[in-house]
Amino acid sequence: MSVDLSTRYLGLELKNPLVASAGPLTGDLETLFRLEQAGVAAAVLPSLFEEQIEHDEREIHRLYEYQTESFAESLSYFPEVADTRVGPDGYLNQVERARKSLSIPVIASLNGHSEGGWTRYARAIQDAGASALELNIYFVPTDPDMTAQELEERYLDLVAAVRSTVSIPLAVKIGPQFSCLPNFARRLVESGADGLVLFNRYLEPDIDLERLEVVPHLVLSTRFELGAPLRWIAILREHLTASLAASSGVHQPDDALKLLLAGADVVMMTSGLLRRGSAYAATMLDGIRHWLEEKEYQSVAQMRGSMSRKNCPDPAALERANYMKALASYTAPLDAGPA
Amino acid sequence: MSQRRYVTLDGNEAAALVAHQTNEVIAIYPITPASPMGELSDAWSAVDRQNIFGTVPDVIQMQSEAGAAGAVHGALQAGALSTTFTASQGLLLMIPNMYKIAGELTPTVFHVTARTLATHALSIFGDHSDVMAVRATGWAMLCSNSVQEAHDLALIAQAATLRSRVPFVHFFDGFRTSHEVNKIEQLGQDDIRALIDDRLVRAHRERAMDPDRPVLRGSAQNPDVFFQAREAANPFYDLLPGIVQETMDEFAARIGRQYHLFDYVGDPQARHVLVMMGSGAGAAEEAVEELRRQGRPVGLLKVRLFRPFDAAAFVAALPASVRALAVLDRTKEPGALGEPLYQDVVTALAEAWPASGGASGNGGLPQVIGGRYGLSSKEFTPAMAARVLEELAAAAPKRHFTVGIIDDVTHLSLKWDPDFSTEKPDVTRAMFYGLGSDGTVGASKNSVKIIGENTSLYAQGYFVYDSKKAGSVTVSHVRFSPRPIHSTYLIDRANFVACHQPQFLERIDMLQAAEPGATFLLNSPHGPDTVWDQLPAEVQQQIIDKRLKFYVVDAYEIAHRTGMGGRINTVMQTCFFALAGVLPREQAIQQIKDAIKKTYGRRGESILRQNYAAVDASLEGLHQVPVPAVASSSLRRLPPVAAGASDFVQRVTALLIEGRGDLLPVSALPVDGTFPTSTACVEKRSIALEIPIWDPEICIQCGLCALVCPHAAIRMKPYPLGELNNAPAGFLSRSWKGKEYADHAMTIQVAPEDCTGCGVCVDVCPAKSKEVVRHKAINMQPKREHLERERRNYEYFLQLPDVDRTLVNMDTVKGTQVLLPLFEYSGACAGCGETPYLKLMSQLFGDRTLIGNATGCSSIYGGNLPTTPWSVNAEGRGPAWSNSLFEDNAEFGLGLRLALDQKRYHAEVLLRKLAPELGDELVRELIDAPQETEQELAEQRQRVAALQQRLGRLTSPEAERLSAIADVLVRRDVWIIGGDGWAYDIGFGGLDHVLTTGRDVNILVLDTGVYSNTGGQASKATPRAAVAKFASGGKPARKKDLGMLAVSYGNVYVAQVALGANPAQTVRAMREAESYRGPSLILAYSHCIAHGINMETAMTHQKDVVQCGLWPLYRYDPRLAHDHGHPFHLDSHKPKIPFRDVAMKEARFAMLARSSPDEAERLFALAQKDIEDQWNYYEQMAGVERDIEQQMREVQA
Repeated sequence: MSVDLSTRYLGLELKNPLVASAGPLTGDLETLFRLEQAGVAAAVLPSLFEEQIEHDEREIHRLYEYQTESFAESLSYFPEVADTRVGPDGYLNQVERARKSLSIPVIASLNGHSEGGWTRYARAIQDAGASALELNIYFVPTDPDMTAQELEERYLDLVAAVRSTVSIPLAVKIGPQFSCLPNFARRLVESGADGLVLFNRYLEPDIDLERLEVVPHLVLSTRFELGAPLRWIAILREHLTASLAASSGVHQPDDALKLLLAGADVVMMTSGLLRRGSAYAATMLDGIRHWLEEKEYQSVAQMRGSMSRKNCPDPAALERANYMKALASYTAPLDAGPA
Repeated sequence: MSQRRYVTLDGNEAAALVAHQTNEVIAIYPITPASPMGELSDAWSAVDRQNIFGTVPDVIQMQSEAGAAGAVHGALQAGALSTTFTASQGLLLMIPNMYKIAGELTPTVFHVTARTLATHALSIFGDHSDVMAVRATGWAMLCSNSVQEAHDLALIAQAATLRSRVPFVHFFDGFRTSHEVNKIEQLGQDDIRALIDDRLVRAHRERAMDPDRPVLRGSAQNPDVFFQAREAANPFYDLLPGIVQETMDEFAARIGRQYHLFDYVGDPQARHVLVMMGSGAGAAEEAVEELRRQGRPVGLLKVRLFRPFDAAAFVAALPASVRALAVLDRTKEPGALGEPLYQDVVTALAEAWPASGGASGNGGLPQVIGGRYGLSSKEFTPAMAARVLEELAAAAPKRHFTVGIIDDVTHLSLKWDPDFSTEKPDVTRAMFYGLGSDGTVGASKNSVKIIGENTSLYAQGYFVYDSKKAGSVTVSHVRFSPRPIHSTYLIDRANFVACHQPQFLERIDMLQAAEPGATFLLNSPHGPDTVWDQLPAEVQQQIIDKRLKFYVVDAYEIAHRTGMGGRINTVMQTCFFALAGVLPREQAIQQIKDAIKKTYGRRGESILRQNYAAVDASLEGLHQVPVPAVASSSLRRLPPVAAGASDFVQRVTALLIEGRGDLLPVSALPVDGTFPTSTACVEKRSIALEIPIWDPEICIQCGLCALVCPHAAIRMKPYPLGELNNAPAGFLSRSWKGKEYADHAMTIQVAPEDCTGCGVCVDVCPAKSKEVVRHKAINMQPKREHLERERRNYEYFLQLPDVDRTLVNMDTVKGTQVLLPLFEYSGACAGCGETPYLKLMSQLFGDRTLIGNATGCSSIYGGNLPTTPWSVNAEGRGPAWSNSLFEDNAEFGLGLRLALDQKRYHAEVLLRKLAPELGDELVRELIDAPQETEQELAEQRQRVAALQQRLGRLTSPEAERLSAIADVLVRRDVWIIGGDGWAYDIGFGGLDHVLTTGRDVNILVLDTGVYSNTGGQASKATPRAAVAKFASGGKPARKKDLGMLAVSYGNVYVAQVALGANPAQTVRAMREAESYRGPSLILAYSHCIAHGINMETAMTHQKDVVQCGLWPLYRYDPRLAHDHGHPFHLDSHKPKIPFRDVAMKEARFAMLARSSPDEAERLFALAQKDIEDQWNYYEQMAGVERDIEQQMREVQA
């Protein structure tokens, strides 16, 4: 008998819990189509970056204005190009085309910059036909006068503002750096989030030792990053009815299964698919299915959250004890050594 | 009939609209002020705008105006309708083809923005010297006096040429009409269609060359028939005036505006009449109206069809009562009995007046006087026109005169009454003083459009720019009137004056033009309570005396707050509308926002939002300033030049810098265009907001900052330690590192008032603090905090002794940078990529160099008045500089060499002849001593000094002849300098020829890959895939490999260099080129704002340009081409960065990737293949042995 892989995420009925998260593979219609063929249940498009749009607009504007009308012989330096493709239209067209071409839900992602930008672009994305919207929020505080509370309020206000603007399902993708995540997660949901995506991965700085320059770069995730979403999904599951998506460190079917057991409604993949190709999604699903069959589960719904903090045999292991135990196991041989 | 609409546009666009609609092949070449017509045509065809025949005109850029004329000639012969646009020297280059086109009775119209021909100087401005030079070609010449006429007569000319078969020059005044923005009624496409007769187009096609009905045209003829054949075309010219008038009548019947061959306005019983053509007629007509109101019987005859000159129509157009005519010519024909229009008028009267039954009282001919006016866009005002009419009424009027200048030499000028004005009180007359970079002109053009296109008012904008590319001052003259505006002159009675840059008040007397009671708007960081005390006393006094209404706004603060950065245009425009009362305030604000949307809509939402925010924030920041009863300021307006400048600079240059050059009399100017050099140093423009400040503790003394500075505004100098004893407090120094100058200190010093703040020096500085990495050995800091101290320091630095050139190691970059630059403080763009090469050349060889400079950027920042950056050393030696033309620079430079060689040859002949008196040893050394090193050159200078002394004691004619040319015995360099537009395109033929002569000339091509000076049109040096004007879809073809063409001759030294990528290679190439006694060609990569790059980091970016292989570095030295030598040496490494990665950092490529991603992909791939193929070729060349016979002409007698 076949196992029922279906799940619900943000109120969307998905045929399985594997979602392609925002990345290069979801930015192109052809690879999106291949992902769908390989069986992913939904895809999150790369983010529309308001800051990038504004940066491009400013740069092009500056290019056209720079040194113009300064000198009698050269009132300008560039021909006016008919279409410089500034603004969100390119992204919105992509959303529209993806929706029309794919049968799976298409989740758009938005990274805003200004107060008005979040809501303006959220509405435009909804109008373009996105199945749902994922808010990709990050803010790196550098001002010591800003409190954690103020920072959190900023997130909450933003979610509430977007919520009041659009009616499509809304996910919020955050990083793991909050000091009291359960409370903050609940308030995000109260502000209007239909689900949380845990966690965002950021561009990390590096230093070029030759040139003494800071060089930001993005590295693909590894399986060692699985722990953070695993822990927090297991903890949050009992407190939230909203959807939970696990992101970061999912590379093999086992990774996905662990996150589902912890309570994730869906697992998201980018790095694993980039490394192995979009067809690997089918391998992932086969692995999930195989394990469920072997363990005689009937459905994903049955096992989802069965190892959450509330349901697992040793909740303390998800908390501080996890660290204590690890230390103990390393130090044991010394203590227990021959006299 | 189409719905016609009112639009505001300039004369170029007005004419081009018709030209593009009525032609099929358009051959173009950029030249000021006609370039916009070609650019617009190219842009319209690029977006598939169709002509009246339903096809998109093929717009093709040619290598010169001669090429454009040739292409048009061919297109016409093959049956297409074809046109071109040009001016000035460009029109001269078309003359040979023009004779042919007319001789073959071929219909076409050339649209010409009439511009001054270069004589004692080049001028980009307007007069009729160019069009008058083609009056013998057999072309009809039709003149437009205004923007509306440039539109209307463009069509009338096109229709008439088809009807008559005679080609037309349709001309209008450069800048005054070509660049004036005015409200006109635009012709609809069906208006144009209605005037163009398909049957005549068909007839043109049927005359075309076609193998189905072959003909021979362009034959060679003999004395037997040429003459008769030339006369055979006479009937066509006889019929032409009638055809033009018929066309004008037909136009009037359909459109409503009636033109005549000669249009008379004024008193029907006038006794005194002005005759003229061109934009000056607008001012003259105002004068006539005013004088008639005063009861004077005067009139104005506007000449429209100048060729053929219809004497009968001319006489018929005059009132029979006329007793005296004053003919005004906007050109000068030295030696003639009078200027061309004058001569025609005299002849016409002589021939046609009697036949007309000329009803003058005594039946005699009216008296005719002729005068020149308006050369090079010299102002021509109603006051001047009135003065000419007054002269006609004099008992003994001057038969030949000038007006508009003060001629205190030949006393031809008429003195006019500066108080005579025709300005009307209901006309808004506004002047806006801004910087090129702050958007003032753009905003003023927008204001003209807002009023012109959204209200019943008429609007006019005219814009004056100074000669600098960095920190240029612009003055916008804007009029709004309930009546059409024909005031073709600058505003000198403004009822609104806006100063967009507070520092201008210290240097420019802008309130001189404010009329009593006018509004004065100032952008200032000081609020209404404190701003008064910040004004110079002269300004305070003017505000009080003229009872000006004074307002202040902190536009920079508002612009910064609303995300506009340094663009204060929107803020100032909003304040103008709020104060000027042209429109109700609310309506004005809405109109501004609508205009913003129209102008910037395509630039994106964020741009619109920040502009809207600036509009909304402007009014709350606008405050009226209470004006005290007395001027109390201790501040005074700054003198234009520093004290101690030469007499000429004080008398002449200072006035030019102040913007009062119009006041200089004829006697103040050189008779032959010869000016002193070393004048940029007197013009302290102080335009930087931030300047580089040195931290000696970190400095490694590499000299890169000085090397890359485009303005020679940061310098390095070693000097004896003892010199520090007198140094001012705060003068920084440290010990010199290196053996050359033991016991010396050194200083890196900024010239705070000459720096443009481009930041290139800081970007290239490799020395970083160990503790704070972002702190370098030089750092940009606010100028106001450092100005006083650095000004003192720089004065002290300049008077420190320069290094002894014979001790300098010129093989190193550092060594070159202790040499005194003889090219300093140019007005080139901040961060210019060309000028560092010129400065380096001047440091190495400037004291012995003659420069032939092609027209272009380098001739403008090098030789445009008021000042020149070419300068002299302590001995008074420095580059001698001249610009001949654009197209002939290589030949001109060769001529310099030929003269030097001939003079040296002559000197050697005389030396040998005089050897008994001069001493054999001195003569032998003078002739044979080597002059390769600085030491040897110094010794030769001493020998020449000794020679001159001995010659002084001789009295023979030979001794005198030798004395006159003996200086040439010290080796002279010839540097031939220009851009890629010259070297690759218009001047290539000459350059190619000069390379084959074997003569010792050094050709330096400042290769920006575009025509930079005229605004970035593509040249054959433009790399594939780059977007440029005339290549808006990306340059489709590969860049021409000029260097390898030169290498193919074998005996030409060739180098390709990029200063920012490998300065040592640049230094080496320059020294090798100079030392080679044959022709040398250096192709120097020069970044330019037309690349769409960050100019601050552009020098560093050159490394990427070289590393991706777009610009490989190499040197080909013929001296190595013998005995299995490898003369071609690659100085850069195999490309290791993909072209695309570098291209995407330059907007010229990245824009294509945005606008046409697929085409960009294709062209980028081809560009990558170009790079790989070129590298492969160069690598093979590096392995090739050559054995080249040295063909240089040895000068030794």
